[in-house]
Amino acid sequence: MTEKVLETTLQVLKEDAEGILVDWIDQADEDGAKRSDLFSEREGRDQAASMLRAFRLGVRDTSREGDFDLRDEHWADLRGILSEITHERVERGVLPGEMAAFVLALKTPLFSRMSQKLEGEASKLIEEILVVSKAIDAFAIYTNEVFIAEREQIIERQRDEMLELSTPVVELWDKVLTLPLIGTLDSLRAQEVMESLLQAIVERQAEVVIVDITGVKTVDTQVAQHLLRTAAAVRLMGARCIISGISPKIAQTMVELGVDVGEVRTRSSIKNALTDALTSVGVAIRAIEDSPRSGK
Amino acid sequence: MNAAAIYAVEGILLVSITSDITDSDIIELQELLSNRIAKSETRGVVVDISALEIVDTFVGRVLAQLTAIARLLDAETYVVGMRPAVAMTLVELGMYLPDNHTALTLDHALEKMRSAGLISGISRRA
Repeated sequence: MTEKVLETTLQVLKEDAEGILVDWIDQADEDGAKRSDLFSEREGRDQAASMLRAFRLGVRDTSREGDFDLRDEHWADLRGILSEITHERVERGVLPGEMAAFVLALKTPLFSRMSQKLEGEASKLIEEILVVSKAIDAFAIYTNEVFIAEREQIIERQRDEMLELSTPVVELWDKVLTLPLIGTLDSLRAQEVMESLLQAIVERQAEVVIVDITGVKTVDTQVAQHLLRTAAAVRLMGARCIISGISPKIAQTMVELGVDVGEVRTRSSIKNALTDALTSVGVAIRAIEDSPRSGK
Repeated sequence: MNAAAIYAVEGILLVSITSDITDSDIIELQELLSNRIAKSETRGVVVDISALEIVDTFVGRVLAQLTAIARLLDAETYVVGMRPAVAMTLVELGMYLPDNHTALTLDHALEKMRSAGLISGISRRA
């Protein structure tokens, strides 16, 4: 019994591959999987043809063995083609649903031909349809998995980029560094920030560091803890840390939370912090005396 | 003991710690240093830990202790050359060394000590 499984499917695929292909593409168009704006008809046709070929080979090998499992060796070809096509279409902006609809559309031409072949043998037809259906569903799910994997990769890459971008240490003046923090400060980022800051202190031989939190949305106890730890590490390295950009709201929250900044200097604006930092390295910014604008 | 050496520079004591210092070396150093401070009547001690790659709570505590001992003997202690990884570890361990002065390099430390009036061999003798 098992060796007969998928027998009719294979027969149908062998006899009328061309017809199935045409019907399949028509059906897919009807189901809304056609995106002529994203890929040409010819491309879609070629892709469908190569998928159908791989499908037939898979069906042939599976019908010999009798058990369907997408992870089997027989389906390696089809898996490869599916992920390749999916990859290509993701890049062009095809939606996962459309890709799945495209694969699932194969059922219609296949089943109609099978039911013609197995007229009067209802139970055999149902049995075979069950297996084929399961297989095609598995392909559709597989394309979705490929989609998700691609997305995950993108997210991962962007997260890495963000981590890198979000910790720029800028040299404002000789021996004066600043670190403008933006967004949220979780443990991972805080660690990253501290590392790059301390490294920069060694490299630039900095004496004063301004950590500007103007761009930090909220300061809770944990964020405050991270900031104070960073300040403590900076001090251990032998430099001084000024925290600037503390808004009135954040100042209130910090007091309400009972955060004690200890000896760490805080300034409301980066302007004040800069003046302070420059003074401690022995320079000053002053107006140009005979400038036409300075008199105003 | 060769894991740490004490030099007299510009009227202050420079302690250089090497990377392979052991716990018993540190205790020995503590003993030696307190004697040297008392004898030389120095007002400044610089502990160079730039060779130190790994710290634990013991090293952190000894640094704090050295500082406290030196202060009792009227000398201020500057820790210089701390590596970023060491600083992060100490902070992680909660050892902020509040009584230590810190400086990036020996040069910076000397400058700070000069402006704090710790290196004033002439005025002390006067």
